[in-house]
Amino acid sequence: MSKYTEDDLREELKTKEYEYGFYTDIESETFPNGLNEDIVRAISKKKEEPEWMTEWRLEAFRIWKAMEEPEWANVNYEKPDFQGISYYSAPNSKPKYDSIDEVDPELLATFEKLGISLDEQKKLAGVAMDVVVDSVSVATTFKKTLAEQGIIFMSISEAIKEHPELVKKYIGSVVPQKDNFYAALNSAVFSDGSFCYIPKGVRCPMELSTYFRINQAGTGQFERTLVIADEGSYVSYLEGCTAPSRDENQLHAAVVELIALDDAEIKYSTVQNWFPGNAEGKGGVYNFVTKRGLCETNAKISWTQVETGSAVTWKYPSCILKGNNSVGEFYSIAVTNNYQQADTGTKMIHLGKNTKSTIISKGISAGKSQNSYRGLVQINSRAENARNFSQCDSLLMGNECGAHTFPYIEAKNQTAQIEHEATTSKIGEDQIFYCNQRGIDTEKAIALIVNGFSKEVLNKLPMEFAVEAQKLLEISLEGSVG
Amino acid sequence: MDLKEKLLSSFLVFENQTEIDSYVSDVRNDAIKAFEEKGFPTKRDEAWKYTSLNKLLKEDYSVFPKQENALEYREVKKYLIHEIDTYKIVFIDGKYSSHLSETTHDGMDVCLMSAALNKPKYRLVIENYFNKAATDDSLTSLNTAFSKEGAYINIPKGKIVEKPIQIIHFSTGNESATMLQPRNLIVVDENSHVQIIERHQSLTSNPVLTNSVTEIFAKKRAIVDYYKIQNDTIDASLIDNTFIKQKQESIVSVHTFSFGGKLTRNNLNFYQEGERIDSTLKGVTIIGNKQHVDHNTLVHHIEPNCESHQDYKGIFNDNATGVFNGKVVVEKEAQKTNAFQANNNILISDKATINTKPQLEIFADDVKCSHGCTIGQLDESALFYMRSRGIPEKEAKALLMYAFSNNVLSSVKIPEIKRRITKIIANQLGVDIGFDL
Repeated sequence: MSKYTEDDLREELKTKEYEYGFYTDIESETFPNGLNEDIVRAISKKKEEPEWMTEWRLEAFRIWKAMEEPEWANVNYEKPDFQGISYYSAPNSKPKYDSIDEVDPELLATFEKLGISLDEQKKLAGVAMDVVVDSVSVATTFKKTLAEQGIIFMSISEAIKEHPELVKKYIGSVVPQKDNFYAALNSAVFSDGSFCYIPKGVRCPMELSTYFRINQAGTGQFERTLVIADEGSYVSYLEGCTAPSRDENQLHAAVVELIALDDAEIKYSTVQNWFPGNAEGKGGVYNFVTKRGLCETNAKISWTQVETGSAVTWKYPSCILKGNNSVGEFYSIAVTNNYQQADTGTKMIHLGKNTKSTIISKGISAGKSQNSYRGLVQINSRAENARNFSQCDSLLMGNECGAHTFPYIEAKNQTAQIEHEATTSKIGEDQIFYCNQRGIDTEKAIALIVNGFSKEVLNKLPMEFAVEAQKLLEISLEGSVG
Repeated sequence: MDLKEKLLSSFLVFENQTEIDSYVSDVRNDAIKAFEEKGFPTKRDEAWKYTSLNKLLKEDYSVFPKQENALEYREVKKYLIHEIDTYKIVFIDGKYSSHLSETTHDGMDVCLMSAALNKPKYRLVIENYFNKAATDDSLTSLNTAFSKEGAYINIPKGKIVEKPIQIIHFSTGNESATMLQPRNLIVVDENSHVQIIERHQSLTSNPVLTNSVTEIFAKKRAIVDYYKIQNDTIDASLIDNTFIKQKQESIVSVHTFSFGGKLTRNNLNFYQEGERIDSTLKGVTIIGNKQHVDHNTLVHHIEPNCESHQDYKGIFNDNATGVFNGKVVVEKEAQKTNAFQANNNILISDKATINTKPQLEIFADDVKCSHGCTIGQLDESALFYMRSRGIPEKEAKALLMYAFSNNVLSSVKIPEIKRRITKIIANQLGVDIGFDL
C-alpha cells in the first residue's frame, strides 16, 4: 500500500511498543457481563433475528454448557472467565449511513490511525471493505458494483434477514455447533461478521476484505464468517486485524466457514496483528479460532495466513476435500516474540479421489515465545490417489524460545502419496556476516533473511497484503536479535 | 474381575513371597501405587491415541505361571542365533532355564535379575541403577511393581565383550493366557563394548501378553549395540519399554525388527546426559494380517554437541496397522545438537493403515533438526525395468521392498543377524531369494 514509505517504516521501528494501542472513545451499548440463555436470547433479539436463528443459538449454547475447555494445545494461559465477559457491544451511532461523511468522525479517525481510511481504500486497488468495529458492520463499500454481478457481500446479521435461505442452508454445515468448545460458544453468541455469496460462474472482480477490531474494554469478539462460492465461481477474501492495547486479556473466538461448490475456488488470506501483550507478556488477545472449508468436486480452497499478533493463538484453518479432484492449500507464517504462544497449523481431510493438498508452514520464534505447528493429514480409505506435501520450517532466534512440531499423518489407502518434512534452524552467522560485509547492517540483514525464509508464503498473499505482511514481520521481530 | 484389580490383588501375594529388601520393596510399593492411580492407558491418552489395549486386557491372564516347563534345545534351536557362539540368558514362562542358558561371572556379570535383586553383593548396583532410568508411566510402573526376573548384565570398565549376549523369553502356554513381566538391567561401564540381542517368542496359540522393561546405562565412551527381534505368533503381544541413559561420548544404537505379533508396542526412550553422545534408533516393520506395530520413540537432548539418528521403515499389508510416534526434545542447553528423524512407509493393501506423528520440541537455537516422513508406493518404472529383464513381478516387488529397508539393515554389525533378518524378510514377502544379488 502506498501508505508505507520507508520513512514511516523507520518511524515505526523506533517505536517498539504496539502503536495501534489506543482506545477510541465511542459511546457503546454493552450488555451486562455473563452468559446465560437470556443473554443469548437478548443478542438474538437485539439483532432482530428470526425464530430459527434464536433456536440455533440456544442449541449451541446448550451444547457449549456441557463442554469443557480444551487443554491439549501446547499453550499456557490463564483461562478466560466466561461469565466475566460482556457478549455484546455495538457502536452506538446507528443507524447506517449513506455516505462516509456521516460516520462518526472519531471512528473515522480510528481508521485513519490504522492506515485504512475508507476514502483511500476506495481509490486503492478496488478493495471493498466491510468494516467491523466491535462486531457491528458500520460501513460497506462497493456494494453496488458487487450487486451488479449478483455477488452478495454483507454483514451476517443482514444476511440472516435478507437471505435466510442461504444462511439457514449453510451455517454450521462445515463447523457444526458441537464441533469444539469455542465454535459452540461462537455459535451461541456471535455478534456479527461477514457473509459472502458468489453466484454460479462469477469471478469476483475485486478482493473482498474485512477489518476486525476489538474496541470496547472487556468485550470478547465473536465473529462469524460464511463464504459460499457457487459452482464455477472464484473469490479472493482478505481479512486483517488490529486491536488496541489492553491490560486484561481479551478473548476472540471466531468461526469461519468456507463452502466451495463444484469447480469453485476460494482464496482466503489473513493478516493477524492483534495486541500480543507487552514485552513482559502482560495483556494481549486470546485468539481461539475455528476455520474450515469444504471442497466439492474440482473445487479449491487456499488458506494463507500471517500470524504476528495475539498473546495466545489457537488456530487450525482446515480443508475437507470431499469432492473428487479437489485441492486444499495452506500457507502460513507464524511469528512469535516476547511471551507470545502460537499453536497453529491445519487439517487436510482427504475424502474424495485424486485430492491434493499442500501445506507450507513457517514458524519464527524469538524472545521467550513458544511456536507450535500442529497438523493433521488424513487419507480416508476411499480417497484413491490422494497426494499431500507438507513442509514445516522453524527459525529460532535466541535460546529462550521454543519451536515445536506435532504433525499427525493418518493414511488408510495404499495409493496415497504423502511427504512430510520439517526442519529447524537459526539465522546463520555466515549469512549475517555476508550481509554486513556488503554494507547491510545486522537489523536489516535479519529482516532480509526472515523475508527470504517466509518468501514461499508471502508470495501467496495478494499484493496489498504482501507489503503489509512484510512490514509486520519486521516490526514483530524488531529488537529480538542482539 | 478385571485385569487391573487382579494385578493389584496379586501384588499383595507377590509382595509376601519376595524377600524384604527395604530399597526394592519401597520402589515396588511406590510403583504399584502409581499404577493403581493411573490404570492402563486408554486411547484418550495422547501417547496411546492410535493403539488400543482394550481387547488385550479382556483376557484372563495368569500373572504367576503355576508350573515349570522344560524345553529341549532342539525344539527352540531355530529361535536362537545358534550359528555363532553367544552368551544366552533364556527364560521359559518367566522362569530362568539354566540348561538352555550360558551365563558368566568371569570379569563381568551376565546373569539374572533375581540374583541381582536378592544378593547383598549387588545391593549397591541395584540402589544406584534399578528404576533410575525408567519413568513412572502406568505400564512401566506395573512392571516395576512385579519386577523379579530378567537379565542382569554388568560390564566393568574397559571390557570388550567378545561374543554377543542373547536374552530370550519363551512362553509355552501352559496356562490359558499368560502375562509376563520381564525386567532387564544393563550397566556398561566406561570404554566397554557389548552387543545384545533380545527376543520374545511364544510357542503356543494361547494369548501371551509381555510387558517388558529394560534399563540400559551407558557410561563414558561405552558402546552398546542392541537388537530386538520381534517375530512372534499372531496370538502374542508385546509392550516393550526401553530406557537408555547415556553419558558423554557413548554410542548406543537400538535396531528393532518387527515382523510379527498381535500387538507390538515399542516405547524406546533415550536420555543424553553428557556431551558428544551418539544415539541411533532404527527399525524395520513388515507386517500383514491384523497385526499392529507401534513405535513410540523419545530422544531427549539435554547437553550440547550430541547427535541422534532415527530411521524407521514400514511395509504394511492386509489389515495391518502401523504407528510411528517419534519425539525429539532439544533442551535450551543442548546447543549444536544434530537430530535427524526419518519415517518411510509403504502400504500394499487397501485395508492397511499407517498413522505417523514425527514430533519435534526444540528450545535451543543453534541446532540442526529435521524430520521427514513419507507414505508412498513402489516405483512403477523400477518394477517395469526389472520385469522387462525377466524378474517376475513378485520377486521384483520383494527386491524393491528389501532395498527400501536396506538402510536400516546396513548398519547391523552382526552378520548372522543380518542374514537371519534377510531370511525373515524374504519369508515375510513370500519369496525365496537371498537378496545377496
